[in-house]
Amino acid sequence: MNRNATVWLWRAASFAVAASFIALWQLVANLKLVSAVFLPSPDRAWASLVRGFSNGDLWSKLAGTLEHMAYGWLAASIAGIAIGAIIGSSRIMRTYVAPSLEFLRPLPVSAIIPVAIAMLGLTQAMALFVIAFGAIWPIMLATIHGFAAVEPRLYEVARSLQMSRLAVIFKVALPSASPDILAGMRLSLTVALILSVVCEILAGLDGLGHWVLLSARAFRSADLFAGVILLGVTGYVTSVAMSMAEHRLLAWQASQR
Amino acid sequence: MTTDKAKEKVKALILPLAVLLAFEAWARATHLQSDSLAPPSEIIMALAGAFADFSILAATRDTLFSAFAGLAIGAVIGLALGIAFGISDTLNRLMEVTVEAIRPIPSIALLPIALIALGFGYRMEIVIVAFACVWPILILSRAAVRSIEPRLMEVSRALRLPAAQRVWKIIIPAALPRIFVAFRLSAGIALIVAVTVEIAINPLGLGAGIMLAQQALRPDLMLAYLVWIGAIGYALNILLVVAQHRLFGRAALSGDSA
Repeated sequence: MNRNATVWLWRAASFAVAASFIALWQLVANLKLVSAVFLPSPDRAWASLVRGFSNGDLWSKLAGTLEHMAYGWLAASIAGIAIGAIIGSSRIMRTYVAPSLEFLRPLPVSAIIPVAIAMLGLTQAMALFVIAFGAIWPIMLATIHGFAAVEPRLYEVARSLQMSRLAVIFKVALPSASPDILAGMRLSLTVALILSVVCEILAGLDGLGHWVLLSARAFRSADLFAGVILLGVTGYVTSVAMSMAEHRLLAWQASQR
Repeated sequence: MTTDKAKEKVKALILPLAVLLAFEAWARATHLQSDSLAPPSEIIMALAGAFADFSILAATRDTLFSAFAGLAIGAVIGLALGIAFGISDTLNRLMEVTVEAIRPIPSIALLPIALIALGFGYRMEIVIVAFACVWPILILSRAAVRSIEPRLMEVSRALRLPAAQRVWKIIIPAALPRIFVAFRLSAGIALIVAVTVEIAINPLGLGAGIMLAQQALRPDLMLAYLVWIGAIGYALNILLVVAQHRLFGRAALSGDSA
């Protein structure tokens, strides 16, 4: 048997195992071993998912969450790379500023939410600020690290070519730090999704977080599970998309090594 | 050497001190009246007050209890699955789709489910923290078990150790340094998730304390909580890094721990 066929066979077996878990879940729900208030059967959750998409409810919630996530994450990426580049490319900034940032890193970012609410109220702006603030750390610190770890000889070459500081950043440091930066951006994606959900729950902003909370309050467990499944799919799809983008963007590196 | 290091540390302190002093001066000069900001001196006073009436200590206890209980449960489950998947490639391949389907669910999305199933309180928070901690421990311990020197496994086979003894005497000791790294990462996640659950919904611990201070329009107390939460996160991180160095030295950093 060739290798490709083996891989597919394993994958099929793995899907079969997952399907049997869902069947088990259906069985548990059908036998009413767990109250349907907490655990809807998978067919009910699926029906709720289909209904939500066909009447457009879930589309708008999904769009709301993706919008919060995307804006916050993009803002964090731009600001994180810019600030990280400024700090990382200067020795002075690295000695004076970077330690403060390292000190702030273990802070659970969600603790900034009350402060953001006090400043901005329960608004979209608050959500965007919180998401961007939370997502900026992995990107910024990865950028600083990437800039600091650039092969020193590349800097020497740049100096002997008399490149300007901007040129050094864009032509030498950024490409060389890009694996670190992209890894940071991937971490931030998860942070952005979690903070989007939290902000939607707290501020009642239109999105899946708000949807699952309302469903739970009304004990509509099928809708609740549909929302949670959709959030899982969102997490999965965004991370796969990020991996593919990473693969694409770093293809030049793989071919060099 | 040491003076250089001390100098670096002093340099690192200049910026935060300057920011704090400037902020204090600005707040005094403008007679700051705000619902969201307070000068550092008032924050320190509020923190001292919260310590004096033990409110912040009780909240800290609640948060750390939930975080560590969830971490312990998540670590045991994650470790058991990680070791099983690491030993048996068949099991790992069969479970791949199931694991990859559940893992991307953001832990906080389980909050409403835990809420209706368990109500407010410690239990729902612990369940969510445990869910969040399972995955990093599962993935890293699986990798750790796989990278064990094959000869060790051959020895255990030659000795005909029963499976339980093989896990206990060979696999866990050999993979322990890297398992501890996974545990350290998860401890940080546990604290973050616990605080997040409290801020989002659960009327318990530090997260609830900071939300209450915000709603009571006490920016000094709110920022005092923020500083304290940051200090706990920092202390936990330092503690575990030091423990890792003490216990395992450089072994944790390299895959081939002899």
